[in-house]
This record gives sequence, C-alpha cells and structure tokens, in this order.
Amino acid sequence: MLDAKIPAGPLAEKWTEYKGHCKLVNPSNKRKLEVIVVGTGLAGASAAASLGELGYQVKAFCFQDSPRRAHSIAAQGGINAAKNYQNDGDSIYRLFYDTIKGGDYRAREANVHRLAEVSGNIIDQCVAQGVPFAREYGGLLSNRSFGGTQVQRTFYAAGQTGQQLLIGAYQALERQVALGTVKMYSRHEMLELVVIDGKARGIIARNLVTGELERHFGHAVLLCTGGYGNVFYLSTNAMGSNVTAAWKAHRNGAYFANPCFTQIHPTCIPVSGDHQSKLTLMSESLRNDGRIWVPAQKNDNRKATDIPENERDYYLERRYPAFGNLVPRDVASRAAKERCDEGYGVGTSKQAVYLDFADAIVRYGKIEMGKDGRNDASKEEIIARGKEVVKEKYGNLFDMYEKITGENPYEVPMRIYPAVHYTMGGLWVDYELQTTIPGLYALGEANFSDHGANRLGASALMQGLADGYFVVPYTLGNNLADEIYNKPVSTDHPAFEAAEKKVQDRINTLMSIQGKQTVESFHKRLGKIIWNECGMARSESGLKQAIADVQALKKEFWSDVKIPGIVNGMNPELDKANRVADFIELGELMCIDALNRNESCGGHFRVEYQTPDGEALRDDANYMYVAAWEFKQEHDWQLHKESLVYDVIKPTQRNYK
Amino acid sequence: MDFKKAFTSSVGKKLVMGLTGVFLILFLVVHAGLNACIWANDGGAMFNKAAHFMGSNVVPRILEVGLFAGIFLHIIQGYLLTLENRSKRAIGYAVDYSKGSKWYSRSMAILGTILLLFFILHWKHFWVPSRITGIEQQALLANGVEVHNLYALMQETFSEAWVVIVYVISCIALGYHLAHGFQSAFKTIGVHNKRYHLLLSSAGLGFSVFITLIFALMPISMYFGWIQ
Amino acid sequence: MEHYHMNLNLKVWRQPNSKTPGAFKLYRVENISSEMSFLEMFDVLNEQLIRDGEDPITFDHDCREGICGACSMYINGKPHGPWSANTTCQLHMRAFQDGDTIVVEPWRANSFPIIKDLMVDRSAFDRIIQAGGYISVNTGNAVDGNALPIPKDHADNAFAAAMCIGCGACVAACKNSSAMLFLSAKVSHLALLPQGDPERSNRVVNMVAQMDKEGFGACTNTGACEAACPKEISIANIARLNKEYLSAVLTSE
Repeated sequence: MLDAKIPAGPLAEKWTEYKGHCKLVNPSNKRKLEVIVVGTGLAGASAAASLGELGYQVKAFCFQDSPRRAHSIAAQGGINAAKNYQNDGDSIYRLFYDTIKGGDYRAREANVHRLAEVSGNIIDQCVAQGVPFAREYGGLLSNRSFGGTQVQRTFYAAGQTGQQLLIGAYQALERQVALGTVKMYSRHEMLELVVIDGKARGIIARNLVTGELERHFGHAVLLCTGGYGNVFYLSTNAMGSNVTAAWKAHRNGAYFANPCFTQIHPTCIPVSGDHQSKLTLMSESLRNDGRIWVPAQKNDNRKATDIPENERDYYLERRYPAFGNLVPRDVASRAAKERCDEGYGVGTSKQAVYLDFADAIVRYGKIEMGKDGRNDASKEEIIARGKEVVKEKYGNLFDMYEKITGENPYEVPMRIYPAVHYTMGGLWVDYELQTTIPGLYALGEANFSDHGANRLGASALMQGLADGYFVVPYTLGNNLADEIYNKPVSTDHPAFEAAEKKVQDRINTLMSIQGKQTVESFHKRLGKIIWNECGMARSESGLKQAIADVQALKKEFWSDVKIPGIVNGMNPELDKANRVADFIELGELMCIDALNRNESCGGHFRVEYQTPDGEALRDDANYMYVAAWEFKQEHDWQLHKESLVYDVIKPTQRNYK
Repeated sequence: MDFKKAFTSSVGKKLVMGLTGVFLILFLVVHAGLNACIWANDGGAMFNKAAHFMGSNVVPRILEVGLFAGIFLHIIQGYLLTLENRSKRAIGYAVDYSKGSKWYSRSMAILGTILLLFFILHWKHFWVPSRITGIEQQALLANGVEVHNLYALMQETFSEAWVVIVYVISCIALGYHLAHGFQSAFKTIGVHNKRYHLLLSSAGLGFSVFITLIFALMPISMYFGWIQ
Repeated sequence: MEHYHMNLNLKVWRQPNSKTPGAFKLYRVENISSEMSFLEMFDVLNEQLIRDGEDPITFDHDCREGICGACSMYINGKPHGPWSANTTCQLHMRAFQDGDTIVVEPWRANSFPIIKDLMVDRSAFDRIIQAGGYISVNTGNAVDGNALPIPKDHADNAFAAAMCIGCGACVAACKNSSAMLFLSAKVSHLALLPQGDPERSNRVVNMVAQMDKEGFGACTNTGACEAACPKEISIANIARLNKEYLSAVLTSE
C-alpha cells in the first residue's frame, strides 16, 4: 500500500495544520538551494516564479522558444474558485464536493479539499498581477456557470482565460528572470533524470538549437510538463506536448498513476481527413444553447437543413431528459460515439454529430423582439435578431469554426465529435506533490492527483496554479529544510555522466536505424490503436489486442524508423522520435491499466461493465483505489494500490436521467 | 538622465520629428495665408506689402531662424532615422508587404527628398533674391515705402512651364507627405483617444488636400494669367 | 463548402543555421486538399522530403489553434498569409487555387536572427518583458480580487491589448522592424489597470530602452503592424505608449 502522507486531523484543517507545522528554510539558506523546474505552463511558471520570489536558485526549462507558449495558453473556458461572490450558495466544501463527485470518486479527498481552499487565493493573486478577468459594469468580477454546476463560480476572460492566466504567470516568471533568481532555458528538452543515492538530483537536457546535451544539478526537480494526450496522435494538445520528462522519471522509479484516465471532450471540430495533425476544441459553453442531434435514419446523406424535424434524433435529450444537452463531458462523448458507431454519423467521414443553434437563434430572436414590443415580427426578422444575440455570445468560437471548416455555423449546424483533451492520470504524488522518487515533484496535469476519473470544466487551470503558487512553495520547503547541509553535486559526478551517456546512446541508436518509415507515421499508427481500443470505450479483448499491437509497433519503430538530419544541431524529427518512442511505451501501460480496471467510471468506460440501459457501472468494492504502476523492465510493470478513503463524502452512483 | 531620452530614444527621435513636423505645418498655414494675397488681384500690392512686413519686422525674422532650425532638424533627423530603420533588416523580403499600409506612409523619405530638392529650387527662386542678393524690381507701397517687388518676381518665375510643372509636382508630394505626417505627428505626441484621433486624421487629410490645392494653384494662376 | 484538391509550387527559404547564408528552394506538392491547414500542407511536404532523403523544413509551431504565437511564416508577402486576423496555423488551403506558387519566407529582422529555415529567435520579446512587462507582486501579497473595482471598459480595453500572442508578426510586417505594437500592447494592458499604476513610469521607460537595445527600429505609424496582427491589436496602443513614455521622461527629475 502506498502512503500518501496525508496529515492527520479533520479534513478542513489538514492544510492549515500542515502549513503551521511544516519545516522552513531560512532566507540565507534558500539562496544556496537549487531547484529545477521543467515546463513553464501554469504549474511550472507559477512554481518557478514563486520559488524565485522566496529566494531559491531556480532553473526553468521549456522546449518552446518562450515560456509564454506552453499549452496552458489554449484553455478557453475559465477557472473555478469558491469565492461565492454571487451569493448563490458556493463554498469551499461545495467546490470540493463537486470536484470529487465529478471525478466519479476516484480522487483523494485531502488534495481536493486543499485545492478548493486555495482556489480563492488564486483569483486574488491573478487579479493583482493584472489578469484582465471579465467584469460587471460595477467594476467587480464577473462569474458564469460552467460544466453544468449549480453555482456560478467560474472566472473567465472571454474565451481566452488560459492565455490570460499564463501570461500573468509568465510575467511573474520573467520578473524573476530579470531579478536573477530564475535562469530560463528555453528550447531545451529534458531527456533524463539524474538520481543519486535514491534522490532526484538533476536532469540531462538537450539544447534543441545546438543539439548539445547539458547536465543540470538541482537539490530538487519539479516536473510541470503537462499531460500525455498526444499518445492518441490526434488530440486538442499542442503538437509539442509530450510525456517524455514524466516518462523518464517513471523509468527511473517514479510510479505512474491511473494512466488510462483520459478525458474525451465532447465538442471538438471533427477530423477532416488523413492529413489531420490536431483537433480543435469548441468551448463547452456552446452546449448551453446548441442542441445535439443526428438523423433518425442510418446513412442519411441529405443536408442538415433538408432533414425535417420529425426525422431528427436529439439523442441526449431523449436519453437524459433531466440534463439533456448539458450532461457531463464523459456522458456526452460516449453518446456521440455510440450514435456514430451505429451508423447515424454525419458529414463525409460519418464521424460527427450536429450541434444546432437554429432553435436558440429563434428563441433569442423572439425574446429580443418581445423586448422591443414587436409581436408582429416576421420569421426572417426574428432570425436576424437572434443571430445577433448568438454572435455576441459565441462570435469568436463561430469565427474559429468557420476558419477551420469553411462552413457558416449561423446557417448550417456545426459538426462536432469528441476528442482527447486532458489526462487525469500522471505521475503518482503524495500530499506534498512528491513522487515516489524523493526530491522529484510533479505539478499540474503532469501529476494524477485531483481530478479522479473525470475532470470538471474550469478545474485544470485551478489545479495548475494551486500547485505552483500555493502548494509547492510550502511542501518543497518542508523537504529542502533537510538539504541545507548538502552542497550542490558536481555535474562531473558519475551519475550525471552515466545519465548523459544513456541519452547519447539512445540518440545514436535512433539515428543509426535509418529505416523506411517516418516518425509521424508511427505516431499516427500508435494513435489509432490507442484511440480505438483505449479511448472512449474499452473491452478486455480489444485491450489485449492493443497491448500486442503496441508491442509489435515498438519493435517495428526501433528497427525501421527513419530520422533525417544531424545530431549536433537543430533536428525536430529527432526530438519527435524521442517523444514518440516514449509515447509507445506509455501506450502499452495505458492499455494494461485499462485492462486491470474491471469497472466503468468517469471518462473510462469498459463495455463489460455497464448498467442494463448502457450507463457506466462503477465497482467501489474492488476498484476504489489509485492504480500506481512501477516500471520493472520492458513490458513489465508492477501495480501498487493507494486506497481511497472517503471520510467526508459518501460515494453515490451518478445519474443524469 | 531620463529627460534626455525624450529626444534620444527611438520614441524620442520620433518626438523630434513630430514636433518639428507640427511646427512646419503651422508655418505652412502662415505661408499659404500670406501668399493667398496674390489672389487679391491688385497687381500684387497687398502681397508685396505683406511680404515686406515679413521680411522687415523683427518678429518674423526671429521666427524665421526657428523655422530654418526646424526644417533642418526635421530633414537631418528624418534621414538619420530612415537610415537607422532601414539597417534593422539586413536581408529583405522577396515579396514586400504592401497591402497593410499606404504607399505614402512607407515613402516619407522619398517624398521628403523631393521636397528638399524643391526647397533648394524654391529658395533660389525667392528666398535668396529677397533676403540676400536683392531684387532689382521695386514696388511702391501705398505709404510711399519702396519694397522688393516679389510679386513681379513670381510672375516672371512662373512664366516658364517647366517651373510650374515642378512646383505642382512638389505640391502633390507635399500633400502626400502631410497625409501621413499630420496624423502621425499627433500619434507620436500621444493622442490615443479614439474620438480625437479620428478628428485629427480627418483634419489631416482635409488639410493635406487644401494645402496642396492652394499652393499648386499659385503658379498655375500666374502661368495662365488668371491674375494680373 | 465544396472541397477540392490542388497541386502547388512552393518557394521556401532554406537556411541550415544562423551563420550559413540561405536561399530559396522550389518544391512541388500534389493532391493537397482544400480542407488542410497550411501547416498540414507543410507536414505533407516534410514527409515527402524525409522519404526522399532530404532535410525537412524547420518551422516553429505548437498549438495549431491560433493562440500560442509560435507559428511565424511570411507567406506571399504577408505575415501569416492572406487572411486577416489569422495565424499561419489557422490558414487553410482553400485560400489557394490549383497551380498557385506560394512564396514562404521567415520573419525578417536583425533582432529575430534565423535559427534554421523558417524558424527565428524571438527571445528579444522575452527580454523586453523582463525589462518591466509585469506587475511586481509576490505570491501571497494579493488583496481580495474584488477589493479594487475596475471600470468595465478599462478592463475590456486592457484585455484587448493583453490578447497579444507575441508572435512577432508586427515586427515582420513593419518596414522598420519595429516592435512597438508588441511593446505597446503590454504597456497598455498594464497602464489601463490600477494595479499597474505604481510602476507605470519605470515600466515604459525601461521597456523602450530594452527594445532599442535589442535593435528594433522606430515606429513611423504606417499601420502595417495592425493590419498583420492576428489578434487585431490596435495601433492606438502605440499612441498610448507614446503618451505614457513622454509623460514619464518629460516629468522625470
């Protein structure tokens, strides 16, 4: 059994208690301690900035050309906080409860409660940094409801909340760079973890411009490297998002938890062809007004506008009358897949459903005309007026849709399909966000901790910033307090030498294969296997086949991959090969994890385990645990369990009917 | 130290351009107003009187020193800035980006050079004779004072077709220079309020057209003998 | 929307590294779908090059949804290509016709040295932010988010400026290689908010000094930056920067 080191005491006092008793490092000693932060998204930038402010010597790494480009920037919707500014009954407890329930009771109570506790401070900090959140005319912060919650607790900046929060954290980070407390290494990618005497002591990074391998020492290493959604090849992640840093940590002894817990977002722009390189999200908020449907007949090739009302199947409204189009992400995604698999899909690929705003346009049009006392308005006038309202609410999303598809969503329904969006799984961490390797921490999406089997909308930004601004500055100090006696290890140490050699050997091996297939083609094939068998619905036989297929793919990759270019210089294909090689290994573990979990919960649906009417069937008696996998050797992992104990919340079956 | 930056930093250098530009715009107003006296069509009496005042009174003479300082500062700074700005892109594009801005906004240095060449001609035609070498032909003002007959000199100068053509082309160059310069100067000074900016932009365009027409009509009027 | 396929000629700038001079190279891609994004068309070309044993073309890209600011191609004489308010990654091939020749160049400015092919070094932007593009507030110092009401239009204007993605199209578009639109977006964002007020003078003076030091040109208000900006950042921000700057330096003691 894994020990999460959760402080004793009542749930609501654990974090206060911890902060009151954790060890501190005095300022003169902080200057002597070096901390490595890998990744500069919300978690990484906020952590690096906060630790720099405290006086630690921080080295921050990102593979992009600037820390501002991390993929946190693409988050659209918003960030939750239990401020209760709307006086609508929100509280820390309620945010905590919603998050645990939304995660289908597979998250750790103590971590989630702490997250809810610090959520308010995040908003304060961001406002102080100058993040231009949406405001009311009175000058106070505006909130909206998001993801079907009953309270309005989501803070937002139009459809670019992630961008604004990241720019806030980035600016705080650059300020520390200017003050000399943080040294920034952009266009650097971590390719190995250095472990000395069982502790994380540094990394090997490749300078992506010169190709040089560099050794960097740290008294502690923080991985803030985001999620691994790109294992599916097609996802809403950025092209460069990867698992490599986390995977190196895993291979060096850090357990990987719940790898099969991935979130499939229901409203993305569908794949248009084999050339597709990534998928684009359409904010969840669209489901507040759009109605989702497919033709009632199979293989109906008529244009959407030619299909009469009585020949349409509004399947979410039919199946889930209570929540209708607003069911949680996992439910909506699965239902779309079910319809398409049955042959009701639309568009050329038949892998899409309609998201229709025609009713909303008429409804809004009538309301507006009614306000003007125009009861005699013609249908055209109503529609024109309704379009204006919809444009005001969703204009930027509609524009984006039109740019990508060339279709005008004001006239024809949008076509949408689920896509991989977020990964709840990640490196296993304890209450202090420390992995099973002492001195190695994982923050944000890179860890597994707070979202259980399904993440609620507007919670990812909250978690990334909570970890970086308000959790790790305390928990890291608690451990570094014992490190003040340890001088920095020279990077000539044999462990550094060995780690660098390992990286060099792997690169040389990769470059020497010179086979026939491109890295991209392997990545695409991997994505297809994982998407088909370890995506929205999984089965025992499918997963077993997938494991065999991924193993075969790995073999093929290491014997037939073709990487052009040079080692000692810029070589994006080599960088990609390093990442895809790790994705292949992760893909195998994901299938193993999915196979182990004989239940359906959250974003993870095993077809063998469903209720008679096709809903997810959880097995709390046997699977209320975190599955943390230890790497033993190639194709061999050992399962460690962390039991989830619910002291405060009583798990129930989710029901949206 | 920061104070110096108001004139030496990249923003400061532009401020110098903007301020001298606005000063020169004011001069254009005076110049145009004064020269408009030719259209009194009184054989140049009013014009010669005004010109005499400008040439003899101490206030305009002092202002003239400032004017020359302004012109030369504008020219020198303009050339230095252009050279400096051009040096910032050692390798240019194969296809230039021409759609995002007006051609005359990108051609201020060329338009300015046309104007500088014009000034040399213009000074040779009028300023040098009236201030330095003197004008033989004299005119008698109503109060009995004898003054240079600048009006006659204009008539003589503008009797040649090529001079008129050069002047008209230069006036058009001036118009385009102003079309960009007028609004740009105010942006540089920091007018960012949308309403005022719109007002100044429209005023700038109107002013450019107006000034071009006024000045271009002078040689044309004389050449075609519309005024005597 | 009718889809079609096309064959295209590409004239792409190739340069192995910052020290070796570069040159244009011609490529042909066939059977390109009008549904592809511009970068997906480059993916197709690169796969083709790898198979042919040639070095694929290096270019910056990451999010491919128009928000990270990494992509940076100068296409047929315009940063980010022919569409307005658009990034290269969101440009789609229906903007082109069968048989077109497309010229693709890197951002050109001394302050953005070429790393390889179409990839340039924009770290100068980070250093400009380091010079003052922030509000000095350490974690934990904040008062309640609603303690300081901010007029909605100030917040909205600040947001409009803060939408800048730092892609550098403004510099690429400017005949002077000036970074004033980038700089002014940050100065405006922070100057419009009361939190940014205490540091407003130092911020603008130091950021302009850093911009000059980095070797960007001066602004001559041509408006090319605004026209090329994928986020439609207004050139009025530059005028606001001028005001902020001049009032800072002219009143300094």
